[in-house]
Amino acid sequence: MCLSIPSKVIQIDATNIATVDTMGVQRQVSLDLMPDPVVIGDYVLIHVGFAMNKIDQEDALESLKLYQQIHDSLEAEEG
Amino acid sequence: MSTLQLQDLYQGFRQPKTIQALAHKIHQAAQSLSSPLRIMEVCGGHTHTIMKYGLNQLLPENIEFIHGPGCPVCIMPKERIDHAIALAKMPNTILLTLGDMIRVPGSKTSLAKQRALGSDIRALYSPLDALKIAQENPDKQVVFFAIGFETTTPMTAAVIQQALALKLTNLFFHINHVLVPPAVAAILSDSVCQVNALIGPSHVSVISGAQIYQPLAEQYQMPIVVSGFEPVDVMQSILMIVEQVLQERHEIEIQYSRAVTEQGNQKAQEMIQTYLEPRSHFRWRGLGDIQLSALQLKEAYQFIDAEAVFEAVLSDEPIDDHKLCICGDILKGVAKPQDCKVFGRGCDPTRPLGSCMVSSEGACNAYYRYAEVALRSVKPIERKQATA
Ligand code: SF4
Repeated sequence: MCLSIPSKVIQIDATNIATVDTMGVQRQVSLDLMPDPVVIGDYVLIHVGFAMNKIDQEDALESLKLYQQIHDSLEAEEG
Repeated sequence: MSTLQLQDLYQGFRQPKTIQALAHKIHQAAQSLSSPLRIMEVCGGHTHTIMKYGLNQLLPENIEFIHGPGCPVCIMPKERIDHAIALAKMPNTILLTLGDMIRVPGSKTSLAKQRALGSDIRALYSPLDALKIAQENPDKQVVFFAIGFETTTPMTAAVIQQALALKLTNLFFHINHVLVPPAVAAILSDSVCQVNALIGPSHVSVISGAQIYQPLAEQYQMPIVVSGFEPVDVMQSILMIVEQVLQERHEIEIQYSRAVTEQGNQKAQEMIQTYLEPRSHFRWRGLGDIQLSALQLKEAYQFIDAEAVFEAVLSDEPIDDHKLCICGDILKGVAKPQDCKVFGRGCDPTRPLGSCMVSSEGACNAYYRYAEVALRSVKPIERKQATA
């Protein structure tokens, strides 16, 4: 039950409910637990109907870049 | 600069090539380890990832996973499940809970069986649905049997807040929210415990922040890496743990830095503190009684506390597990599911004898479903192509 999933915010209504897209599936989640303002295009983690936090996009991109470097250097090593 | 696509958050952290590359680096680094490393993944979500992607098969001989207390359904003692059933049996009552809880056997029956007998028992997608159900059924008493670790507690608190704002008089809360650090401390302080590093939970930490593990790191002097849920996250976390051990460090590090901070979600923490407080003790299935390891409603909210309002139908007599079930040893990391005599023979996900077979995040359930991957003894380097 703790499997929270990353989703993209595509709409926010007046009652602090957001519509999010989770790889093609749309659902409604409450933003009541969000400490900072959420805008359309943000990535959030959702858990049992609530957004829990925002995903730091820059940080995620940095990790992905690091992984790319790791397998590039490995390939060069095995070359 | 490239921009992040939603897909990257899934695929990027599941890339077989990256998993292999990290496995290779772990193998290299682990050669310098002077003694075996036993890493406990505290959270059932990580158990699930490890089994699903066969990550345990990618590790060198001297690194092993020990599956921890995992999921909130698995640790619920039978007497609490009996509470849920007793509440559901009350006349004119609707009992609400989340997911797998419905199937977990109590001492005599389960919520699923009780529902088949005619009780109104519903599994919710979100705790918020409890508000609507209470509003639509003003002539019934609605009880929300709230379960979960730190991850799910703020959602219950948000519902309590709204129920109070809406002045609902027919919605009651039976609180079973449990806390990760006291349970982990109970495991680590047991003399039989084999664990020497921890993979910290992902989403518990999103809410509470990595700071909650500080006392554990200090007291037990072990590396703790807060990891994301995806297989690449877990592999990178293991590499970070090995590096810490080699450098003789024992710190808290956050691998899941795209989602977890030191402080966590403070708004959610405040919401919890408004309505809930530590419970003097809570009996964890498999681990026994642990002080201050769970939460309860504050006294000011007793009028919505199902344990106070319906005290007359609830018993607190402790009820022990089936005598063949070794879930307790599995939770403590001293046994594996296949060590259980009835694993897959008498106990399986359709007829669970013990709680770690019930939920998809329980160790026995994960082992059962991924038995082929889990029990294969082939080492990674030889089966490089087979993991994709
Ligand atoms: S296989 Fe079943 S009985 Fe055995 S430890 Fe696991 S849950 Fe308990």
